[in-house]
Amino acid sequence: MCDVCGCGDAKVVPREVHARLLEHNDHGAAHNREHFRRHGLVAINLMGSPGAGKTALLEATARRLGGFRRLTALAGDLATERDADRLCAAGIPSSAITTGQACHLDADMVHRALHRVGSPQADYLFIENVGNLVCPAIYDLGQEANVVALSVTEGEDKPLKYPVMFRHTDLVVLTKTDLLPVLDFERAALEDALARVIPEPRLIAVSARSGEGIGAWVEWLEDRRAQRAAAL
Amino acid sequence: MHEYALVQSLLRHVETEAQAHNASAVHRLTVRIGPLAGVDRDLFASAYLFCRPGTLCHDAELQLATEDVDWRCGACDAPIPSGAALVCPTCLMPARLAGGDAIVLEQIELEVSSHV
Repeated sequence: MCDVCGCGDAKVVPREVHARLLEHNDHGAAHNREHFRRHGLVAINLMGSPGAGKTALLEATARRLGGFRRLTALAGDLATERDADRLCAAGIPSSAITTGQACHLDADMVHRALHRVGSPQADYLFIENVGNLVCPAIYDLGQEANVVALSVTEGEDKPLKYPVMFRHTDLVVLTKTDLLPVLDFERAALEDALARVIPEPRLIAVSARSGEGIGAWVEWLEDRRAQRAAAL
Repeated sequence: MHEYALVQSLLRHVETEAQAHNASAVHRLTVRIGPLAGVDRDLFASAYLFCRPGTLCHDAELQLATEDVDWRCGACDAPIPSGAALVCPTCLMPARLAGGDAIVLEQIELEVSSHV
């Protein structure tokens, strides 16, 4: 008997829940996505290792695209606002999301940042994620596309080592190709690795320094923008 | 380290379920994590032990289940072995992931009054 009211002993019952642990994040991401689309913003979630060349890619993007499209960015980092400062200097109005100890951005962080800085009046919103090939992969931010920057110095086998990150990407941008003459990098080996973790891999090789390949990258962005506009 | 964020989400789900059923305690949780979920199972388990004090789960056992990676042809649904190129050798169509990326709270064992 129950000590309190005599209603009988407590019993243990199983409850089927079947709840996705990312449900809350995905709900926030859907909200962000709707907001981006309503405001004509193409949001790109740019991921990659620390030092992969994410910020340099965006600086080169500004040089090529900045003259005829309005660009803006949110830059996630554990500490400092250096990336946001660099992007602002490159002509991309940007705000930092300083995550403290968090190793990734999530939909709520992006949502709160948009509230803080106001909704961007722009054609593209680049969300430069925290440098990390693991944690950001599973968090939908509401983006139109996921892009992974992979530098030639990281090696051809990274897709096999980090399959979850690469599986979620719509495009791999191979960066720092100006360094290829001093490396033993094999593009075919990278393409083979990508084919084993992504059903329809897309790869564009660029050098932010020389500008090589930046035209193809910008063309890819403009295609995504046109596809999105046609779908609305 | 996003495992800590996922455990926080797990504990929120459990609190909501427990409140909905007027549960006084939680005895056991079953969470299914697939190999392509992007979650380290050991780290998830230790994050759970770290985060559960002071919650309804403070004595609840965490049981981790898994599932197989299941790539299928997007057209003919034939299975495509993990590690192979993700294109159907017959149809030449891209594969789709049919299983292996779950992060799901499956079941909770709740202590409820037998009166209700």
